[in-house]
Order: sequence, then structure tokens, then C-alpha cells
Amino acid sequence: MFINYLQSLPAAIAQGMIWGILAIGVYITFRMLDIADLTVDGSICTGAAVCAVMLLSGQPMWLALIAATAAGMLTGLVTGIFHTFMGIPAILAGILTQLILWTVNLKIMGSANRALPATKLNLLVARIDLYRSIFILILFVFFIVALLYAFFGTEFGASIRATGANLNMSRAQGINTNFTKIFGLVLSNGLVALSGALLAQYQGNSDINMGKGAIVIGLAAVIIGEALFGWMSRNNFAIKLFTVVLGGIVYYIVYSTVIYLGLDADYLKMLSALLVALFLAIPYWKKKYFSSAVNAEKRALKAEAKANKKAEKKDKKEVA
Amino acid sequence: MLELIDVRKTFNPGTINAKKALQGVNLHLAPGDFVTIIGGNGAGKSTTLNAVAGVWPIDSGTIKIDGKDIAGLPEHKRAKYVGRVFQDPMMGTAATMEIQENLAIAARRGNHRTLKWGISSKEKIKFRELLSILDLGLEDRMTAKVGLLSGGQRQALTLLMATIQQPKLLLLDEHTAALDPKTAAKVLEISDKLIAENNLTAMMVTHNMRDAIAHGNRLIMMHDGKVIFDVSGEEKKKLTVDALVEKFSQTSGEEFSNDRALLSK
Repeated sequence: MFINYLQSLPAAIAQGMIWGILAIGVYITFRMLDIADLTVDGSICTGAAVCAVMLLSGQPMWLALIAATAAGMLTGLVTGIFHTFMGIPAILAGILTQLILWTVNLKIMGSANRALPATKLNLLVARIDLYRSIFILILFVFFIVALLYAFFGTEFGASIRATGANLNMSRAQGINTNFTKIFGLVLSNGLVALSGALLAQYQGNSDINMGKGAIVIGLAAVIIGEALFGWMSRNNFAIKLFTVVLGGIVYYIVYSTVIYLGLDADYLKMLSALLVALFLAIPYWKKKYFSSAVNAEKRALKAEAKANKKAEKKDKKEVA
Repeated sequence: MLELIDVRKTFNPGTINAKKALQGVNLHLAPGDFVTIIGGNGAGKSTTLNAVAGVWPIDSGTIKIDGKDIAGLPEHKRAKYVGRVFQDPMMGTAATMEIQENLAIAARRGNHRTLKWGISSKEKIKFRELLSILDLGLEDRMTAKVGLLSGGQRQALTLLMATIQQPKLLLLDEHTAALDPKTAAKVLEISDKLIAENNLTAMMVTHNMRDAIAHGNRLIMMHDGKVIFDVSGEEKKKLTVDALVEKFSQTSGEEFSNDRALLSK
């Protein structure tokens, strides 16, 4: 029995890495730009749909992956324009795009589900050849991290980071923050769609419902990565991105563990959401209840109130 | 150099909260002018600076820099001409980025941001020199995150960032108000130094009347969204705080009502 569990681990690792690529996309919007982008739930399926349809129509793999990524970038562009040019709050902009994509994804696929049989097609990643898949995914992750590390080190990349860090400062320094926000969303959703294209191949189909809750898994991966491996990254951006992928792997290892332990798989979405809620609350609670600065301020206020009372008493005495 | 002609701005027009913040501001700055701006609560001091910086569009009027009308340009495009330091020390710098990264971003103000590496080794040498002018020891902490610095250090860094690219106009919006007196004096000293060395045209809003008299070559007083008093040169040097308060009640017919200004007499 335990052997079965161990045998399920490579699959968890492969799946974790695919979702880790999505999580890197989520990291860009959520951590760097401070935007919770819900486009993700739709754009992952867009990537899967485009890739599936192209492969089924006999297009080469490289073209299918590029087209899927480009389609994802387009979805980010839509959300970006909703948010900046049309002034819609980021969360709502993402939800609107998500709904648009529901229709678009159905139209791309022509039905709610398209099968990608690994036996007939020459797929890059597939359940039937896990070790090759993992090897290829490692290459993908390294390539993506290297590319992003270089990009965010450039003048333009730095202006995107600055936008997320301080909007006021960015505008005062001549950064077109609307443009940098849009670009961040485009980049992020491109990665999400690429992850969707890989996921469709891995699970052997593209399904209209495959993106449900994707943002939560992405956030979980980011948060788990930071919580467990944050100590490794210091301030190195490349390592930070790797820890996000590690977070995705841990998520899927935990996932297969609780299933092995006999948990009803229906509970998993709820548990993921609760886990994310808890981890998002921790920094807030820390600030509210444990921050020394706040406590110091409270103490100062108390002391001031005391001093004021004393002074009042003194005044009264003098008047008397 | 800077021309404001009949600049008007009303916030929340047509509502119960409507506030006529600028009611025809006229101001003409010569190159090299260093103007201090004082006035009561809600006089329109910071609003004037924000109008020039382009934080929001003005309702009517003209804003020209070197003869070029900039009133229609968005904030990030005006940044090419305007360097700014805010009242809140947190506002002018990116806390999660390194000191040298902040400077590198400021050094590219007004230029196209390309895919070249964001900071060059030549720049790092230059930044080190500039930081050492501040005399705060920041030159040895160039890779430290700005969030680790004190308010005064961040304000000094913001000043450096605002001037590193030689702006046509430097806007200081009560930039020492949030600092303790000693740090405030130090930051003011640095401001004077940077303005003099770079030969900048500058506007400084302050609530401290003594600072307003001691710094710059010109002083203007605002009230109800208008410039009500404008003095420069020798006449400004002879001003006293009491004369200013007197002048205020004469021209506006009201008591001077800036709590902080009176407290810091």
C-alpha cells in the first residue's frame, strides 16, 4: 500500500511543477504588482484549449506552445485594459475577463472537452512517461526563471517592480504605471496559459472546468513556497521564483498524501481555500497584534493620557 | 521659467463637499527662483504643487514650463521636467527595493526605459559619490532595502532622487513636516545644498514661518486658493514672523489659522 503512495510521488512532482509555472505568473501579479488577478481561472484553460486544438489539427508542438502563451498574454491585455483604461477595480476586471473566456474557451474547443491521447499524439509531457516529463519540466522552469530574472533586472523590468512597490514614487519618477501594470498582467497570463498548455498534455485533455480555483492553487503555491523556503531566498529574485515552484510541488505532494490517507477528494478545494485564507491572515495578525511599533505607540498614547490627567488635576488645584 | 495663469480647481464639484481649492492662481517664476510658500489650512499650497505635478487635471488655466504648456500632460510625462519630494517620507521611495535600485530608477526619469540592464557599474560609482554628499552613511549601504531606513534618511534619498536628473523645477511639499526638528534641519540643509549646486528652480511649501523666511529668495503667501502676498530679494530677507502674521490678517481680513504654523513660530 505504502508502495502505491511512493509511486504516486513522481506524478505529484510533475503536476506540482506545472502548477508552479502558473504560480510564477501569480507571483508576478500578486506579489510584485500587488494585484489579485482572477483572469487566471480562465486563461489557464485558454492555454490548454489553444494548445489542444492546434495539436489535434496537426500543428507542431513548439507552435502550439507559443500560440497558447500568446493567447494567454492577450487575456492579460484585456484585464489590463479593463483595469487601467476603463478604471475597473482589478478583481472585478479579472472576473469579467474570466467570464468572457468561458465563452471564448468553449468556442476555441468547439465543445466542453477535447481529449489529447498520448498514445496517438507526440506530447511533451504525459502521465505515461513521468520521468521524461519531469526532466522536460525542469528545463522549462529553469528557462522561465532565467528569462524572468534577466527581464526584471532591466530598466523596464525595474519600472514594473517599482510600480508594485510604490505607485506614487513611480509616477513621480516618470513611469507610466498604467502601461507597466498592463505589461505585468500580460506577462503573468502568458505564463499561466503556458502552464495550461502543459497541463492539458499531462492530464490528456483540455476541459472547460479545469481552471476552477486555479488562482487559489497558485496563491497556495506562492504562500507555501514563501513559508517553507523563504529562508533560502534571502533577497535573490531567482531563488524566490524557484521557491514558488517548490511551493507548487509541496502542494501536490500534500494533496496526494491526504488522498492516500483516505480523504474524500471533494474536500480538497475547500481545504486549499482555507489554507490560503489562513496564510494570508498571518501577516495581518502579526501586524495587528504582535508588531512592536504598534505596541510602542499604544504605550505612548497611554502614557500621554496619564500625563494629561495629571496636568488637569494640577490645573484644577491651581484654580482652587 | 514656470508660469501659472489663472489656474482653477474645484474638488467634488456639484456636490455638498465641493471645495474650491484653487481660485485663480497666478505665479511667474524666474529661472533659479527658490520660492517658499506659506498659508493657512486649506489655502491651496499643496494643491498648487499637485496642479503643477499633474496629480489630477486642472479645471481651467495655463501651466507653462519654459514656454511649453504642460497642463494637458499626464503625471508621468511631467516628471521629465519636475522633481518632487512629498510630506510622507514613505511616498517618495520604494521600500522593497535597494537604495541603488531606487536611484537607478530616478536616474532614468524622462528617458525611455529599455531592456538594457537596470543599473551599470559606472552608475554605482556615481551613486556612491552622490550618497556621500548626504553625509548619512548611506554610501556604504547601497544594496540595503530602503524600507530599513529612517524617515529622515528616506527623505534625504528622495531629495537626491528628485534632483539626480536635473529637473527644471523642484517641488518640495512640506517635506520636513513629518521629521523631528533635528532631522528636519538636516534635510533642509541638504535641500539648500542640492538646489544651490544644481542651480535649480524650486518651490517649497512649509508650515514653519521661520524656515520660509530663512530659505529661498522669494516668499509667497496663499489664502483661499489665491496668492495674496509675494515678496522677494532684500525685502524678504528683512521679514519677521510677526510681520508675516500681521501681513496675513491685513490682506485676508482673518486671523492666521494654521495651528502648526503658529506652534512652530
